[in-house]
Amino acid sequence: MRAARVALPTTVEEAVEALTEAPGAQLLAGGTDFCVEVNFGLRRPPAVVALRRVQELRRYEVTPASVVIGAGTTYADMGGTELSAVLPALAAAARTVGSPQIRNSGTLGGNIATASPAGDTLPLLAALDARVTLRGPAGERTLPLGEIVTGVKTTSIAPDEVVVEVVVERRTGPQQFLKVGTRNAMVIAIASAAVVVDLEAHEVRVGLGSVAPVPVRATEAEMHIGDAIDWRATGGPRASAAALARFGELVGQAASPITDHRSTAEYRRHAVQVIARRALERCVVRAA
Amino acid sequence: MPPEGPATARSLGGPADGPAYVQADRYELLVNGTRRTVEDAWLGESLLYVLRERLGLPGSKNACEQGECGSCSVLLDSVVVCACLVLGVDAIGSQVETVEGLSADGDVAEIQAGLVDAGGVQCGFCTPGFVVAVHDLLRRTPLADEMAVREALSGNLCRCTGYGRILEAVRRVQRSRAVSDDSDGSDGGTGDGE
Repeated sequence: MRAARVALPTTVEEAVEALTEAPGAQLLAGGTDFCVEVNFGLRRPPAVVALRRVQELRRYEVTPASVVIGAGTTYADMGGTELSAVLPALAAAARTVGSPQIRNSGTLGGNIATASPAGDTLPLLAALDARVTLRGPAGERTLPLGEIVTGVKTTSIAPDEVVVEVVVERRTGPQQFLKVGTRNAMVIAIASAAVVVDLEAHEVRVGLGSVAPVPVRATEAEMHIGDAIDWRATGGPRASAAALARFGELVGQAASPITDHRSTAEYRRHAVQVIARRALERCVVRAA
Repeated sequence: MPPEGPATARSLGGPADGPAYVQADRYELLVNGTRRTVEDAWLGESLLYVLRERLGLPGSKNACEQGECGSCSVLLDSVVVCACLVLGVDAIGSQVETVEGLSADGDVAEIQAGLVDAGGVQCGFCTPGFVVAVHDLLRRTPLADEMAVREALSGNLCRCTGYGRILEAVRRVQRSRAVSDDSDGSDGGTGDGE
C-alpha cells in the first residue's frame, strides 16, 4: 500500500491542483475540528492538503463599501486587527471561540467549510448576507452563505474546491454578538445571535446560530423592529419596551431548535430570544 | 511569523507523486532549534504524538486530544497552539518550541519557580502547558492584568489547584520582573524579545 501523502501548497492554485490530483484528499485549515476527528479515529485521510502556508488566504481588505476576509484569517486575527473596528460583532464572536490556542489556529474558511450549526462566525455572516468565493479547477464562483451551508455539517463546496474569501458589505452602526454556553471560555454555543444596526439604511439585521440546522436570518423580527425603531430620536435610535419584546418573540419564531446532548429545544428557543433582544438593547436606546 | 515554504518537505521523504505532494512517512521538523527526522510516521499523527512518541520529548502532555485542556501547548512559529490539533507533517518548515526547549534556554525558569513557590503545582500534569501559556502571555504582555491573565489561561485546565495558586504564580513572576526591570533598567527579563 502506498504511504499516505501530504501536500503543502503555498498558493491557492497549488492547493486546487493537489486536490484534483488526489481524489479523496482532505483539506486542512486550522485543524481544530479536523485533527480531533483524526485523533479519535473518525477519519483516516488517504491524503491531506494543508493550507497553513497559503499566505494569499490570510489577508483582509477594508474598502469604503465592503470588507473582504481571506479564508485563512484566524479567530485571533479577527479579534486583533482593524477587522475588529469594522466588524465588531465578528471580533466579538471570534473572541468567544475556544481558547487562545484555538483562536490562533482556527480559521474563517474552516468555520464555513465545517458548517457546524454552532459555528460562531456564521450568525454574523448570515446577518450581513455574506458572499463566499470558492476556487476549483474550473475557476472561481461566488455564492451567498445560505447556498454554501446546506445543512448540519454539509455544504455545497465541491471536493476539489477551496474557500478563498468572504465578502460583506460595510454597515455603519453598532453591532453585537452574544452566545450562551456553560462557561465563558472553551464553549460550544447552545444558542447565539448577531445583531447589526444600520444607521444609514435604517434597518436591523439578525443572524442566529445553534437554533437550526443552518445559520438563519430572523427576517420578520428584522422588519418589525426596523419599522418600530424611531431612527431620528435624539441620543440615537430608540425602541419601546413593547417593540423589543415583540422582537424577541419573532426571533424565537425564526428558530427551529432541536433537543440534543447540549440543551433542549425549549431552552434554546428561549435563550436565543433573550440574547437577541439583549444584543439589540445594547445597540439602541430603550424607551421608557 | 508566517511559516516558511515547504522547501524542506520537498527535499525529503523520497519521490513525491506530484509537484505538491510529499510522502508523509519520513520528514524533517525543526524542534527547539534542532533538525529532527521523523521516520515511519503515519499521516494522521498529531504533532503532539510525534513529539512524544517519535522524538522523545514527553514534556508536552497528552490528555484530551481535542484542544480542550491545553496540556500540550507548544509554540509554532512563536504562536501558542495545541500540539494535538496540528498534524505532525503540517509543522514541516515551521519552528516548534516545546517546554523542553524553553526550559533548556532558561526562558521559563522564573515561571517554573513561581509555580512551585506559589503552590501552583500539585499533580503536575497540566504544569508544562501552563508554563508555555504563561510564557507566551508574559512575553507579549508583561503587565497583563488579572482579566487578561485569566483569558490567556482559559484554555489550560487544572483539576487540582482551583487556579488560585497558578494565578498567584503569574503575579509573582510579574512582580519579580517589574522589580528587576527597575533595578537594572536593561535586562529585565520581560520576555525573550520576540
